[in-house]
Amino acid sequence: MSKPKLAIVLGSTCAGCDYSLLDLGPTLLDVLSNVEPVYWPTGADFKLSDLESVPDGSVDLTLYEGAITNSDNEELAKLVRRKSKVVIAYGSCACFGGIPGLANVSTADDIMKTAYVETWSTDNKAGILPQPLTKVDGKQLELPVTYDTIRALDQVITVDYYMPGCPPPLSYIEQALTAALTGKLPPRGHVFASERALCDECKRVKEKKNITAIKRFHEIVPDSERCLLEQGILCMGPATRGGCKAPCIENNIPCRGCMGPTPEALDQGAKMVSALASILALDQERSASEEWLTPLIQQVKDPLGTFYRFGLPKSMFRRVIPRR
Amino acid sequence: MEKKDRVVTIQPITRLEGHGKISIFLDDNGNVEDAYYQVVEFRGFERFCQGRPVEELPLITPRICGVCPWAHHMASAKAVDAVYHVEPPPAGRKLRELAYNAFYVHDHGAVFYALSAPDFVVGPTAPRAERNVLGIMAKVGKELVKNILAARLEATRILETLGGRAVHPVMTVPGGVGKPITEEQRKELEQRAAKLVELAKLTLKIFDDVVLKNKEYVDLITGDIYLHKTYYMGLVDEKGKVNFYDGKLRVMAPDGKIVAEFKPSEYLNYIAEHVEPWSYLKFPYFKLVGWKGFIDGADSGVYRVGPLARLNVSNGFATPLAQEAYEKFVSTLGKPAHATLGYHWARVIEIMAAAEAALELAKDPEIASKEVRRVPTVTPDEGVGVVEAPRGVLIHHYKTNSEGLVEKLNLIVATVHNNAGINLSVKKAAQSLIKNWQVNDGLLNMVEMAFRAYDPCLACGTHALLGQMPLEVEIYDSKKRLYKRITRG
Repeated sequence: MSKPKLAIVLGSTCAGCDYSLLDLGPTLLDVLSNVEPVYWPTGADFKLSDLESVPDGSVDLTLYEGAITNSDNEELAKLVRRKSKVVIAYGSCACFGGIPGLANVSTADDIMKTAYVETWSTDNKAGILPQPLTKVDGKQLELPVTYDTIRALDQVITVDYYMPGCPPPLSYIEQALTAALTGKLPPRGHVFASERALCDECKRVKEKKNITAIKRFHEIVPDSERCLLEQGILCMGPATRGGCKAPCIENNIPCRGCMGPTPEALDQGAKMVSALASILALDQERSASEEWLTPLIQQVKDPLGTFYRFGLPKSMFRRVIPRR
Repeated sequence: MEKKDRVVTIQPITRLEGHGKISIFLDDNGNVEDAYYQVVEFRGFERFCQGRPVEELPLITPRICGVCPWAHHMASAKAVDAVYHVEPPPAGRKLRELAYNAFYVHDHGAVFYALSAPDFVVGPTAPRAERNVLGIMAKVGKELVKNILAARLEATRILETLGGRAVHPVMTVPGGVGKPITEEQRKELEQRAAKLVELAKLTLKIFDDVVLKNKEYVDLITGDIYLHKTYYMGLVDEKGKVNFYDGKLRVMAPDGKIVAEFKPSEYLNYIAEHVEPWSYLKFPYFKLVGWKGFIDGADSGVYRVGPLARLNVSNGFATPLAQEAYEKFVSTLGKPAHATLGYHWARVIEIMAAAEAALELAKDPEIASKEVRRVPTVTPDEGVGVVEAPRGVLIHHYKTNSEGLVEKLNLIVATVHNNAGINLSVKKAAQSLIKNWQVNDGLLNMVEMAFRAYDPCLACGTHALLGQMPLEVEIYDSKKRLYKRITRG
């Protein structure tokens, strides 16, 4: 029997997902000997034409890493969908937009002005911005078009499975590859992660304590045995899917939600606000007036960047509407 | 008469961190008129980090690059320390440095074995199917490759112990690190670091046996195709030795004279960035000389950073085995070494420097101290954090309001500093390879080697983990009709 054909493709990404595969160590060699890579630019010498030339539907498994931020990303996503039997959104960027999705606070033009004109070290009095088409002494140079709105993979093509995480825990990669190799893939739509909230696998002690103030994590040295949220530090654990074994929280740094919303949550931020409402000054709730509550809520200094750090494009809001 | 431009496009030089392509233009006689190395992706961290609490930036900015997330984590942490006017206690600083040196072995090790070694171990003219880790395995044996991958895992485990994850670490907080380690953990780190020194010895020996003892390779390294006389910039400690984590920035002129040495916070007096509409990557230059276009030499502000630059600007290394290797490097390539392929050799020497430094730090009982952070007490304002990323100088500069919310930031990433240099190298290699319409596979390898030496993280496929980056040359005529397509192998 021929080996299953595997493609690992990159959209707008830091490439940390597939770079982390090297941390499989010697196991990586065994994994690779069981598949036939047909396209994996970071991994081996493949060209886009290699992928274009294989028959439609002939690639057994594609891992797509990264968000859709420009025209190149979109074209590649559509190409791999056509060529692949199974597409997995690999990593938080492909699943929810990820950190690049934070660009939905602005527009491409505004972002470019910031980067290419306004930054302190830039010497660009003429205000030159990168262009899709440039002529230099009659020579044409092209760049892909950067979109105003960053999208997750399933906002562009149909996705069969999801593997969240920034990067995804290696155990889930092994699980997915094994399932694909043995033809035992779960029902479509399955998420390769825990079905429960991160809090369920966090080792810290929860005492169901209410909090009366919100702290930023640099402001206090937390007790490393107790729940960070109950110490007043905003931790996304209650709204976030588990499966990562909480390495951030282990290091006294709160969860920022890279595994995405819990299975039942429609919106990770809304879920977190709800969790926060159930713990914030609960004992005073009945007497709490708006005047009393407002300053408390205002202690959340960056709701967008905290609640939607990895998932703005897939949130109910999707993006910030630019002011004109 | 109509000008008959011919365009050679190499795309995708698929990448790790951002996408890139090379466009080569031929003149009427089929010789290279110009060559452009373009970065075709842009994500805009400078904009969307605005409004975020500054202490979150060491958790956000590593996502600029999944290959060197630790460099961003540390540069960001240092910038945040500066914003909050707080210095880590000794154990906090040493733990950061230990992690950072282990990361160097992790990163340089991957680059050398997966990227550089296939060219030299398997051979620059070997079929592409063999020019990968599997090809190395065939040449040196599966056991050795498995041992190397296993030894690199020691670095992975150090990073996991200290930073939670090897990719996208969660280690630092303003004024230190999030969590102390135990004495048991320190002992384990020491054992792992000792194995990194062994890996470094093996790596230096492989480089020596395979490359330096082969006259053909040495001639290639020192030959003119890959030579560029430029300025160099890098961090040095108070004794002028290479330091990856901290120090002063030193600039060396093409003739070897030190022409500037300054605190990282003063970088705006020395560095400015030029913009071209055809690339998403800016072109930094040495301000005291100025931007004179894509030319090398003492009158052009083009400078280079990274392993070669660090060995050039410094007086070597603080640890004995790396220093020994450095002296051999200088006696072979001179000082400053202008040979672009010298980047590979410098990288291998730095694996040793990082492994030795990691072992020294891991042996220090102070790293198991419980005092690993200082809570900031001063109103935040502005700060600069600079480290040497594996690919060169990395600058993070943040300005906040009085609540510590970011108002403005500036990032100059290692590969950006090298952007002009990479363009120079690509053009020179193309010019020496393409003559009178003769475009052959040799071009692919030679052009590839020109910019692979920089290991340009930010934009290209030089990170092909198991072999070569994908290269394809398409030659178009002036009406964009496909004239010729060449693929490697």
